[in-house]
Amino acid sequence: MLGLVFFSTFALIVIASALGVILSRNPVYSALFLVLTFVTSAVLWMLLEAEFLAVVLVLVYVGAVMVLFLFVIMMLDINVEKMKEGLTRYAPIGACIALVMAAELATVFWVRNAGLPVLANPPPHPADYSNTKELGAILYTEYVYAFELASFVLLLAIVAAIVLTMRRRPGLKVQNIAAQVKVRREDRVRLVSMDAESD
Amino acid sequence: MVTLTHYLTLSAILFSLSVAGIFLNRKNVIILLMCIELMLLAVNFNFIAFSRYLGDPAGQIFVFFILTVAAAEAAIGLAILVVLFRAKQTIDIQDLDAMKG
Amino acid sequence: MNTYLAIVLSPLSAAVVAGLFGRQIGRSGVHWLTIIGVTISFVLSVIVLKSQMLDGAAVFNGAVYTWMVTDGVRMEIGFLIDRLSALMMTVVTFVSLMVHIYTVGYMHDDPGYQRFYSYISLFTFAMLMLVMANNFLQLFFGWEAVGVVSYLLIGFWYTRPTAIVANMKAFIVNRVGDFGFLLGIATLLYFTGSLDYADVFGKVETVQSATLEVFSGVQWSALTVACILLFIGAMGKSAQMPLHVWLPDSMEGPTPISALIHAATMVTAGIFMIARMSPLFEYSETALTVVLVIGATTALLTGFLGIVQNDIKRVVAYSTLSQLGYMMVALGASAYGAGIFHLMTHAFFKALLFLAAGSVIIGLHHEQDIRRMGGLKKYMPITYWTSLIGSLALIGFPGFAGFFSKDALIEAVHYADRAGSGYAYYCVLAGVFVTALYSFRMFFLVFHGEERIDEDARGHLHESPWVITLPLVMLAIPSLLIGWFTIGPVLFGDFFDHSIFVLPANDVLAQMGRDFHGPLSFVLHGMASPVIYLALSGVILAWYLYVRQPSHVERIRERLGFVYTLLVNKYYLDQFNEKVLARFSTRLGNSLWQVGDVAVIDGVIVNGSARLIGWVSSVVRQIQTGYLYTYAFVMIIGLSLMIGWMLLQP
Repeated sequence: MLGLVFFSTFALIVIASALGVILSRNPVYSALFLVLTFVTSAVLWMLLEAEFLAVVLVLVYVGAVMVLFLFVIMMLDINVEKMKEGLTRYAPIGACIALVMAAELATVFWVRNAGLPVLANPPPHPADYSNTKELGAILYTEYVYAFELASFVLLLAIVAAIVLTMRRRPGLKVQNIAAQVKVRREDRVRLVSMDAESD
Repeated sequence: MVTLTHYLTLSAILFSLSVAGIFLNRKNVIILLMCIELMLLAVNFNFIAFSRYLGDPAGQIFVFFILTVAAAEAAIGLAILVVLFRAKQTIDIQDLDAMKG
Repeated sequence: MNTYLAIVLSPLSAAVVAGLFGRQIGRSGVHWLTIIGVTISFVLSVIVLKSQMLDGAAVFNGAVYTWMVTDGVRMEIGFLIDRLSALMMTVVTFVSLMVHIYTVGYMHDDPGYQRFYSYISLFTFAMLMLVMANNFLQLFFGWEAVGVVSYLLIGFWYTRPTAIVANMKAFIVNRVGDFGFLLGIATLLYFTGSLDYADVFGKVETVQSATLEVFSGVQWSALTVACILLFIGAMGKSAQMPLHVWLPDSMEGPTPISALIHAATMVTAGIFMIARMSPLFEYSETALTVVLVIGATTALLTGFLGIVQNDIKRVVAYSTLSQLGYMMVALGASAYGAGIFHLMTHAFFKALLFLAAGSVIIGLHHEQDIRRMGGLKKYMPITYWTSLIGSLALIGFPGFAGFFSKDALIEAVHYADRAGSGYAYYCVLAGVFVTALYSFRMFFLVFHGEERIDEDARGHLHESPWVITLPLVMLAIPSLLIGWFTIGPVLFGDFFDHSIFVLPANDVLAQMGRDFHGPLSFVLHGMASPVIYLALSGVILAWYLYVRQPSHVERIRERLGFVYTLLVNKYYLDQFNEKVLARFSTRLGNSLWQVGDVAVIDGVIVNGSARLIGWVSSVVRQIQTGYLYTYAFVMIIGLSLMIGWMLLQP
């Protein structure tokens, strides 16, 4: 019972903030609404006893990705005035499509049951259950290849982002490390034999 | 009693909202990217719900990887957006029609 | 075999070298080279003739090179050397040699000297290939080749518009004849399955019994059809009416080629071809009647045209047309030997007359109108005497070469009992009078009478150089003598036994041969026939009208104004060709161009398909809006549809 109450509250908050994301006029508001959505989803995931992922969601998504979004929104000098037009013209079609989508998805699990062995009410975990440990146990054994590949994907993202956006300022003096390393003694020092000078 | 169906319904609503968001939004590429994040969130909901109700942690592992990839994709998407802004001085989708046939 | 190859290849190689390297070799190099080439051919041809005639050599019929064999039909280069072809070879190479020597003087100042020599040697090669052929393919090759070289030579002075018109006319009219010729060859090929003369002649019975439906419901003997089609080819090449219109215009070319091509050799190719095909023609009475009638009509009507011509070369041209008609008449009466005999004698005296006309023309600095000549006898004696010999030979004065051939021919027609031979006999008899009239009209107007020559030309007037008069003399000798020596063996002996085939029932020459007792008795016998008297009366009338009382000419012209106009306009045939046939063809070509090519092919098919694709793509292109949300929209719609469809499956 309590579970249902909690679930309904947070579910409504999620839906409301998702609406806020798409209907806001100001992109900063949208970003903030999205943050709210993520945090509330994290709570819901906690209800589903996926604690590790809930925390990771907040740390990674909200902490890193949404901050990145806010950086970019702030950095770009967007003309907010122009943003306010054109929403209502396509609203009917948009609503229509959303409804169709939702209806189809609902049909899948309301009307047709795929016959999965679904536990109506799964038992809660024992008190010393560690979600992290459980995930770690299978992540580093069964799915270790995927794990390594995921790290590779992240590397790729870093390199791509830098390559796309980096600009060199013209006329800036930069060190060429490779040239510095390649230098030889003969290029820098020359021994000259001279007579001693007195006076 | 909260059943699997509740969570799946929530996920379906979130998904359709994000779809509506994608083409209701004609002004801002950033909102587009945010709607994609919402879509991924809806999918994550699905996975975790199933993982819980089927008792299989594989779902959560999958969410782990989805999060990774989503973060990477958001980063690159924003980088492209920045470059686009530098070139066109606008992020209005209706001005981006260079690929018009 | 090598002799025959040498005969054919030496003028060809001279022509090729002269054509390609003319500038490097220089003028005298070129004329020496080609003259030597033709001399070699001539000497070898005489040797071949001698071996065939006197040494009794066997007939040579062999292939030199097989080009290809398709579907059982052999296409090869081969030679058939018998007396007929040996005689033709000798005549062709002799006249060609005379013309080569003559050209040294006639074309002396012409910038295209080397080109001219190359062409006339090439022509010699083509004509030799034609007469030495042993199959229809090579015959056709030679036929077309002489047509092409004739075209090149008629339009030799290509900057003159009249020359270009004339050479196109010659080629196109020839083409009409060649069309029939090719159909005839095809018919024979179809029914006998071979292009070789020996094979076709062997299978003549099969062809005769086969029938073709030419017009619906009417069955014709295939042999008759084939022979008439072959004759159409001969009509084009040998200028029978109505395909004669090109020959007078071909006088646009230089005089040496008028002598070579349009008197002695190319135009006689048709005569030669029919004589060669005698094994076929003999079996078709209809075809022979057609030959007879058309030949006779040509002989008389073109003779009439010769009376009103004022250009010296045109008179001789119409004379050639008339004599070709005579030869056809002989062939049509199954007197093939007489036709070939007249061909030979005609080659000599007609070439002589043309070359003499050329001599007069350059003597008067390219004056060709006989109304501006006169009294040239004392200025150009050699030309005068050789012209006289030629003219007397032409009209058939007793003792000269032309007399023997013409008289034999006319008697043969008289003896023949084919349909149309009566008509032909009266035509050729009347033609004798007409021939005498026009040839001596020309003779008297040019060489006798009061001098009407232009003043500056008279100052330069002198006899032509030896390179010009030597060929005249060399041609005058056979014009005078050859009849005496050759009539016996050629016409009434066994000269053509293996080459020409005559059915015993048609053999008029054999009939005449029974009464033949040597050339002298032939002359005396000729005194008894009307021919000589007609000729003499023609000469006398010409003398009276053009030397004695020239004023009568004007009065006759007024009286017979209508006839005169008809003759001057050449029976309006040229106008008919131009206004009806040519206009139809150009209209057809125009409509095919504008409707067929521009509108349909270019407009609808080529441009139309391009425009269709353009239109389709302009419609389809609208899907590519360039906006992200459109693409997302499409994706999502597609996705929903797909899921919906999957959900609706049972």
